[in-house]
Amino acid sequence: MAETILLIGTRKGLVVARSRDDRRSWSLDDLAFANLEVYSVGVDARRDPVRLFAGAGSGHWGPKLSYSDDLGRSWVEPTAAPIAFPSGSDTALVRVWQIQPAPAAQPDVVYAGVEPHALFRSDDGGVSFSLVQGLWTHPHRKEWVPGNGGACLHTVVPHPTDPGRMWVALSAGGVYRTDDGGATWTASNRGIQSYWLPEDQRFPEFGQCVHRLSLNPDRPERLFAQNHFGVYRSVNSGDSWEAIESGLPHNFGFPILVHPRQPDTVFAFPLKSDGERMPSDGRCRVYRTRDAGASWHPLAGGLPDDPYYGAVLRDAMCADSSESTGLYFGTRLGEVYATRDDGESWSLVARHLPDVMSIRAAVVP
Amino acid sequence: MVLPEALREVAGGQRAIEASGTTVREVLDDVAARLPVLERRLRDESGRIRPHVLLFVDGVSVRAPADLEMPVPDEAEVFIAPAVSGG
Repeated sequence: MAETILLIGTRKGLVVARSRDDRRSWSLDDLAFANLEVYSVGVDARRDPVRLFAGAGSGHWGPKLSYSDDLGRSWVEPTAAPIAFPSGSDTALVRVWQIQPAPAAQPDVVYAGVEPHALFRSDDGGVSFSLVQGLWTHPHRKEWVPGNGGACLHTVVPHPTDPGRMWVALSAGGVYRTDDGGATWTASNRGIQSYWLPEDQRFPEFGQCVHRLSLNPDRPERLFAQNHFGVYRSVNSGDSWEAIESGLPHNFGFPILVHPRQPDTVFAFPLKSDGERMPSDGRCRVYRTRDAGASWHPLAGGLPDDPYYGAVLRDAMCADSSESTGLYFGTRLGEVYATRDDGESWSLVARHLPDVMSIRAAVVP
Repeated sequence: MVLPEALREVAGGQRAIEASGTTVREVLDDVAARLPVLERRLRDESGRIRPHVLLFVDGVSVRAPADLEMPVPDEAEVFIAPAVSGG
């Protein structure tokens, strides 16, 4: 029986959950990286053994990126800083927001989205990274501003088959796409609204506060985005976007996740607003569309019916790679839920954790 | 250099280490050469002492960037501590 490993990055450390009975029950390892915020976790399933990543940080001692080649039982922090801004940039790494391995055709390439707004690339499996200069020197960069969480490049979406194409998302800068492997980047925000701007300026070229992007590898031209007010779909690789909010109680939220095996199935966790970051009507509900955003419906099976005030953050929802796909989300109330039936019923993986910042799953033969 | 408990793991478990240099910058450069993981807990890659790191030379606080040139006498004690932060 394969083992499923769930990396749960929290505000105060990393918890590894393990299941050896096809995700029916879970055991939790002791907390790793105690008292460090774990904003990003990653799984590189292209490697044998599978390599795990944890981007941890301390308010006192700064950020670090560690990896594990023994499924989370021990962690290695390279002697040389894996991610560091080059000398002369007068810039220092604040946080690692996302670790994203490239598709299988680039087996040693791993990307890291960081704060301040920047993209790093590794060509040695995530041991050392270099700044992607094409984005760093983009003329828009000096006009990007921090979101509430910081000046973060939080989402990296490599194209599944074209190594030249990739999207990144920044708060608050918007979506950018490269078609030449990162040398040049184009703002891809047409149709996405910046509601806080004057009415006649609400559709700028860039500066939108996108919270998360997601795509299904079988439909790589179609992207979904959860924005700071606004849920959007692009059917042309980000050239333009249209709102898809019918059935959602609110259009604010952080995560959006396309089902890895069902391109028309997408999950979100709506929140009331930026001023009230809690679920609609005080109920913990995942929303799902089966028709690529034409309609959305709440999923409640197995989720608390009590009043619920926890949000789900952008990197705290994921899918595993099992043929019977498992989906997971963690909340700022320290609970983690899983489903094996596309969200019809959810069960608790863990509770009483610190607030959950990031989640990734690995299925190990 | 005297280390707080949180940093001893990246200094081989030692409570104190020897370091050489005539200024704070040189002392930190020496630490960087021998214990780079420890050094980057104290300074970021731009060379600044991290904002919540307290560093004292014989009891005198070193905080501002310019103080990196503060002299470090022979046999001086460089004392590292986390700033008291949070509630």
